Amino acid sequence: MTTLPEFSALASNVLFLTFVLGIPLYGHFKGVRVYETFVQGAKEGFDVAVRIIPYLVAILVAVGMFRASGAMELIARGVPEALKSIGLTPDVLTLAVMRPLSGSATLGMLGEIIAAHGPDSYPARLASVIVGSTETTLYVIAVYFGAVSITRTRYALHAGLLADAAGIGASVAICRLFFA
Amino acid sequence: MLNVIWLVLLVGSALCGVLTGHLNDVVIAVTQSANSAFKLALGFTGIMALWLGIMRIAQESGLVTRFTAVIAPVMRFLFPALPRDHPALGSMAMNIVANMFGLNNAATPLGLKAMADLDSVNREPGTASDEMCMFLALNTSSLQLIPAGAIALLAGGGSSDPTVIVFPALLATCVSTAVGVIAAKILARVRRFRTAASEGSEDDNIT
Repeated sequence: MTTLPEFSALASNVLFLTFVLGIPLYGHFKGVRVYETFVQGAKEGFDVAVRIIPYLVAILVAVGMFRASGAMELIARGVPEALKSIGLTPDVLTLAVMRPLSGSATLGMLGEIIAAHGPDSYPARLASVIVGSTETTLYVIAVYFGAVSITRTRYALHAGLLADAAGIGASVAICRLFFA
Repeated sequence: MLNVIWLVLLVGSALCGVLTGHLNDVVIAVTQSANSAFKLALGFTGIMALWLGIMRIAQESGLVTRFTAVIAPVMRFLFPALPRDHPALGSMAMNIVANMFGLNNAATPLGLKAMADLDSVNREPGTASDEMCMFLALNTSSLQLIPAGAIALLAGGGSSDPTVIVFPALLATCVSTAVGVIAAKILARVRRFRTAASEGSEDDNIT
């Protein structure tokens, strides 16, 4: 019997190949000169990569400084009892704060929570659900807008952070329902 | 907003660094992060080129147009001002599908292609359009159906049932995406965020 992780990995691979093989095959049958067309499109790849560099530097420097500053320890120290009682212990809360800023840092913190509390513990499950229902909002905003040289982002960040907050709130409520 | 957050991160980090005695780490992080940002962008070039090539074939073969037609009802609700056959609808849809299945390597290049398509009908260069903000709200709200990274860490930690989080995470993802979409719809009408271009698009569609 295949487990769900195995099935999900298989489904991802099949979908990936559907894109990479299926699209050129479809193009060929529609009379597209696939090789020439591919190269024409791919030429723009370098331009996009170069265009996002300044935006990436701005965001990653700020996030890098934040991670190195020990600010997360200060936040963890000031967690009120009310938040702890709903499962937002200092380590889970710092993970939630880090989530919009850095994907790799968040996964590292999730690993630490799993190691500290055990893989079947409530904090490990809550942290996993939070990671699964939120995004690295700041990074996505920087890269996507950077690719088209947009600096005035209007309400995009507000909507993204509201969605993250909703994801965290929903995770707390749903985990209490399922795992408490 | 981005200006404020960026400045708060810079100044706050320096202050915290002084308070916690990590000031030296903060200083090192500045140059290291700038360096790794460049490497990240450069490392991204190959995958970006691959997907832009694939997308060009999809476009020339008419596949994007067909794909767009299938998901038209949803996209018309999310992006009412875009013409029904606009190529951005197709590239956004492909980005959303790649995101849902956790294909991060594909999702970002497809998303950047979608942003370029959206920028081609942007009336104010340098300023985000309502369509871009909605598209970003979707992308920053998490669309992934199965949180593969978290499952892998739980399984690696020796969990007896790592996939127990799948259904709760799916529910929470639905909530975050719904809130992101509703927030974008409402914020688009807030006076503070309106622009000359978005005022004009009230009555007539982009042509």
